[in-house]
Amino acid sequence: MLSPLQQRLLNDFQRDFPLSARPYQDIAEQLGVTEQAVLAAFAELNARHYISRIGPVIRPNQIGASTLVAMAVPADELQAVADLVSAYPEVNHNYEREHHFNLWFVLIAADAAHLQAVLDDIEQHTGYTALSLPLVQEFFIDLGFPLDLAHA
Amino acid sequence: MLDARDRQLLAHIQLGLPLCARPYQAIGDAIAMPETEVIERLTRLKHLGLIKRLGVIVKHRPLGYNANAMIVWDIPDALIHALGTQLSRYEFVTLCYQRPRLEAWPYNLYCMIHGKDRATVLAQLAQLDSACQLTDFKREILFSRQCFKQRGALYPRASKQRAYG
Repeated sequence: MLSPLQQRLLNDFQRDFPLSARPYQDIAEQLGVTEQAVLAAFAELNARHYISRIGPVIRPNQIGASTLVAMAVPADELQAVADLVSAYPEVNHNYEREHHFNLWFVLIAADAAHLQAVLDDIEQHTGYTALSLPLVQEFFIDLGFPLDLAHA
Repeated sequence: MLDARDRQLLAHIQLGLPLCARPYQAIGDAIAMPETEVIERLTRLKHLGLIKRLGVIVKHRPLGYNANAMIVWDIPDALIHALGTQLSRYEFVTLCYQRPRLEAWPYNLYCMIHGKDRATVLAQLAQLDSACQLTDFKREILFSRQCFKQRGALYPRASKQRAYG
């Protein structure tokens, strides 16, 4: 079960984490608890894998180059191909989705040439075509959203 | 735009703020940047929109958000901006963007809905369909099945590129 403090930390600080010298202290004051309590609650959320990190979401393509990649992999090879793909440090968010194109991942590299080299490498090592779908235009990107934590 | 020190700062902060009393000082120490400058630079980047948000990045699945649908449509180019903007207004739409159509994948508008169960997500999609008149366009719904890897975007430093070949 999540404590009321943990629920508030998860929901209320997705967007405007304090940009001050003592951000956890500022949060503590806002919530009427101690800085130690805030740090301990975050540490537990982290240990239970409820949060991936406290940090920035950077607008795409400001640093380096990125793309969304789709592959169609036979079911009996999916785990092996997914493992191979996940092993690249340039890969994050590697998911199976219910579709003929069943493997979806995001690639991020320092520049377009490096990105292409990784794509080529993945195609060569897996033997499957990788569809590269780079961002054209964002309408809305990961601003966080309110969680219903009543039963979490 | 981003200067070299901004890039260095973002490269160091991307794995997350440490859980200590002075996290910005700790980040600054690693790159010989005063705490005040770390805070000033992050404030500026956020103000400019280069940092979309700064805060807690939750993992949805452990919190019970197990139904994650990526919905893709083939929308006429002339309509995509208006529709993308319209879809983005819904609270349950967590991502919405345009990507290029390919011969094997003729879709250009993407949106992501995270929900606790499939029925909720499909009901939300039905709401989008009727409110935004999307039913005329070819579309596909791709629910996620298993997650092989989830990590924040890691922006490699130029000096750490790996060679492939």
